[in-house]
Amino acid sequence: MVDERKQIGSGGRAGRGNRQVSPSSAARSLAGRSAASAPAKKQAAKKAAAPAKKKAAPAKKAAAQKSAPAAKSTAKKAPPAQKTAQKKTGPKKAGPKKTGPKKVEAANTTPPVADAPSTETPPTRRPHLRAVTADDAAAAAAAAAQEAERRTKSAGAPIPAGIPLDDILSALLGAFQRVMGSDWEARLATLLHAVRMRLSGEYEVDEFGFDPAIVEVLQNAVEPIAEKWFRLEVRGVENIPADGGALLVANHSGTVPVDGLMTGYAVHKYTGRHLRPLGADLVFALPFVGQIARRMGATLACTEDAERLLTGGELAGVWPEGFKGIGKPFTERYKLQRFGRGGFVSSAMRAQVPIVPVSIVGAEEIYPLVGNVPSVARLLGLPYLPITPFFPLLGPLGMIPLPSKWIIEFGEPIRTDAYEPEAADDPMLLFNVTDQVRETIQQTLYRLLVDRGNAFF
Amino acid sequence: MSRTVLVTGVARRFASAVARHLADLADTDPDAGVSRVIGVDTVVPDEDLGGVKFVRADIRTPVVGKVIAVEDVDTVVHLDVNPGSRNRLSGSSSKELNVIGTMQLLAACQRSGTVTKVVLGSSTAVYGTSPRDPAMFRESMAARGGVRSGFPKDAVDVESYTRGFARRRPDVLITILRTAQALDPELEMPLSAYLRNPVLPVVAGYDPRLQFAHVDDLLAVFAESVTHDRPGTFNVAGDGVIMLSQAARRLGRPMLPLPALGFAGALNRIAHAAGSDISPDLHRLLKYGRAVDTSALREIFGYEPKYTTADVFEQFRQQVRPGILAGIGAR
Repeated sequence: MVDERKQIGSGGRAGRGNRQVSPSSAARSLAGRSAASAPAKKQAAKKAAAPAKKKAAPAKKAAAQKSAPAAKSTAKKAPPAQKTAQKKTGPKKAGPKKTGPKKVEAANTTPPVADAPSTETPPTRRPHLRAVTADDAAAAAAAAAQEAERRTKSAGAPIPAGIPLDDILSALLGAFQRVMGSDWEARLATLLHAVRMRLSGEYEVDEFGFDPAIVEVLQNAVEPIAEKWFRLEVRGVENIPADGGALLVANHSGTVPVDGLMTGYAVHKYTGRHLRPLGADLVFALPFVGQIARRMGATLACTEDAERLLTGGELAGVWPEGFKGIGKPFTERYKLQRFGRGGFVSSAMRAQVPIVPVSIVGAEEIYPLVGNVPSVARLLGLPYLPITPFFPLLGPLGMIPLPSKWIIEFGEPIRTDAYEPEAADDPMLLFNVTDQVRETIQQTLYRLLVDRGNAFF
Repeated sequence: MSRTVLVTGVARRFASAVARHLADLADTDPDAGVSRVIGVDTVVPDEDLGGVKFVRADIRTPVVGKVIAVEDVDTVVHLDVNPGSRNRLSGSSSKELNVIGTMQLLAACQRSGTVTKVVLGSSTAVYGTSPRDPAMFRESMAARGGVRSGFPKDAVDVESYTRGFARRRPDVLITILRTAQALDPELEMPLSAYLRNPVLPVVAGYDPRLQFAHVDDLLAVFAESVTHDRPGTFNVAGDGVIMLSQAARRLGRPMLPLPALGFAGALNRIAHAAGSDISPDLHRLLKYGRAVDTSALREIFGYEPKYTTADVFEQFRQQVRPGILAGIGAR
């Protein structure tokens, strides 16, 4: 017996049965380990069960051997333990090795094995009892809500299993009336009329293809995004002229031109005027994008269109950094790029309208551009192919902009009517004014960044 | 001074309308200064030309020079610059008629000692159509794309030959009228043929801006440039634009969005199946559209168009058969 115990751990894996070690001692070693740590117990049982499944022959042998040394004082407890283990944990789990302990510690370990099922069974019963009360509470809550909606008093009445059809109808009607207001009939007629006019093409667009009705719809759609998601703060609205032409010059960033959308939203919300963005020709070459851009009032960023808009007394918006600004890496955020060739200044001078510098803080963080695939971008004819921390990784989820805090500040207008319209042909003057606008925006950006603090909270 | 006017291409509806208008002017209004109107074409026109004297001559041959000399023509209205169509002329033959015809005609005018005025009926197609286009083309702007082939290229070539002629004969007054397409069921214009299809194939993702001119405005402008001296290049179109989607909805015709790739072929096939005919260059216009500025016509030429693009379209809508979806129309 003693030399058998000595050989444990040297003659192969415990519990495997290597003809020299008795299975009971192997089981003891297992039990000893499981007794030391209660959570490991199940794992050990599994380990013991797996060999038992695999090798039926050693298991049988072990069972046969076990019965011989079982005639000991500690073996008294073993048979009941074996029975309970077989009963509760099922026939497969109850390996014979567990059931044949000789020592006291083995006897001590078997009760936990037997106890484990007994402690597990009450939870299966208790949720059943709890579930009834939860259902009850939910049903009662639903009933209360229904009653509140119906404003009828049926306190003592038993709650029916389903919601009655007339209740659903009345709820729907109530919701409809709440949404549409008391004059719902007139409003519905107006809505249907608008839809019908839309479908029959009875709406007006201007010569740029601008469709004001679309902008109104878009304004409502953008509002929750701007106010709740980006927590947009707008400063210096009084610097936007109430009438007459003006050229709004802004910094460009954010991988996707959301800043243009937000600026247009802010201008329309606070002044009621429409911002007419000037976009790159790529915008109008792309299907769907170009179509929507034209409807929103955008047009090509060329001298002719800019002057046409400005002399027509419109608010034109321009982002002179272009793709250099919007597609710059995240590490270069809030660093203004070159302001094109200063064409926007000459347009404003010819039209004799003021230039309003617009500083947009927050757009840089919505899609942090951490990588670019120039080869694929060139293949697709795009200026850059963005890689953000989330974009190709999470698929469509990565297209959700990060909720950064936004501040748009409209700066003091820079007047150009002091210059002659012919001054637009003086390159030195153009560069000077361009630099002035650029510096104004850059300094404002730094100030706004300090004001904003954390980008997201 | 009373003028003898030569109008080319009178077998076409629009040219014959201009010729008849000038002839009527000669009959009704002696002050207008038009005495005789001569029409030339290679084929006999289908309709009655009224007071127009028809001479069957091919402007691609030097014969046209003899016509000018014999009839003592002093004003040439060149209207034989037309987009080819599939059943009549296409590709190289329409190019030959447009470009070679113009060259021969201008050569004849250069030789002639009597010709003092040339009016060229060009098209707004000279501006091409591309995503880099400005919203409204002025006369001084050049095409930014879409004039590499087909009718737009012909129009650009014809205009450049005419300007070359103007350099060689500075004493001859040149008026180039870049007209938008008229939308009249009577006239064979590519867009009106397209808009009469029961289903309108459109390029998915593009909604071009279209502009139309009224026939009355066009006739008046041509008559004005014949009877008065209006040298220069002028756009002629109705004010405002109409989007293709809007046009289709107003007509009550369903749109059939097709991918941009292979649109031209599909458009041809659908139009052919529907029994109509499509100009080969139309698909480009249906992608990016085009609009022109007519301020030079008002300020320099001195003519105020009477009809806007929307008016022209509304008249067209009343003349054609209503579309399938016309029931939801608000009118």
